[in-house]
Amino acid sequence: MRTTGTVQKTETVPIQSSSDVVVVRQRVRAWTTDMKFSLVEQTKIITAASELGRNTLEHGGGGKMELSLVVNGARQGIQLCFSDQGPGIADIAQALKDGYSTGQGMGLGLSGSKRLMNEFEIDSKPGVGTSITAIRWK
Amino acid sequence: MERIPILRMGNYLLVTIQVDMHDKLALTLQDDLTNRITEVNAKGVLIDISSLEIVDSFIGRTLANIASMAKVLDAETVVVGMQPAVAITLVELGMSLPGIRTALNVESGMEYLRETVTGHEESDEDDGDSTED
Ligand SMILES: Nc1ncnc2c1ncn2[C@@H]1O[C@H](COP(=O)(O)OP(=O)(O)OP(=O)(O)O)[C@@H](O)[C@H]1O
Ligand SMILES: [Mg+2]
Repeated sequence: MRTTGTVQKTETVPIQSSSDVVVVRQRVRAWTTDMKFSLVEQTKIITAASELGRNTLEHGGGGKMELSLVVNGARQGIQLCFSDQGPGIADIAQALKDGYSTGQGMGLGLSGSKRLMNEFEIDSKPGVGTSITAIRWK
Repeated sequence: MERIPILRMGNYLLVTIQVDMHDKLALTLQDDLTNRITEVNAKGVLIDISSLEIVDSFIGRTLANIASMAKVLDAETVVVGMQPAVAITLVELGMSLPGIRTALNVESGMEYLRETVTGHEESDEDDGDSTED
């Protein structure tokens, strides 16, 4: 992502199993509480993290989430970066369509989490992996 | 193995989800509930999600699957206690929870089940009292 802010603090959470996705939610909950996001904002950010974390596990074959506190002038935000070395996404525009899924899903994870966050960028190369960075500003 | 308890109350099954469920646990609940409905010939299923801090597409889909499987087995499902922040987020996520009946709390959920279930309850051997008023 063209850096939209200065990174102040980070934490990495590995994603290798469905219980790691629970840890992803718990860590994002802890961070958004510390950062004093409202309850609705917290719920949106955690939900987006849950969707992206599950994609990292199910489609990317595992990977990690990197949490960061980003600062841009007077604004503070939380940045979630999910990365894996899985098959990658061949057609990003198609993957972002509501209802598009290569699995049994409803195809809402990617498009929905994009709506729940303020900034969203997908960097993916077939055969190399996927990295998705999302920010929600306060 | 970790499991979410299912309580039986007469013709109804009650589930309170109190933990942040990982996906496998949600799938186990789906299987367990389907089995219990047949075992006890349940007519109604009430799922209390008031302790859930989020409902994502996976949990949403699991709840919808439970409701449609219950329907095939002739049982009604009602999901109660969804927090307002969760409801707002679900809409933005793009999930409308099709086919899921929701109620504000356990009381109104039970009331809904009683009304819907007594409607097509003709002869029930083990149940002497009529809940009509
Ligand atoms: N990390 C990833 N690596 C490879 N492909 C991915 C990744 N994330 C998403 N995709 C692709 O994008 C598609 C859409 O993802 P999305 O999360 O919207 O839907 P889903 O995961 O299939 O279903 P749902 O999330 O609704 O259960 C996926 O089916 C998959 O093909
Ligand atoms: Mg998904």
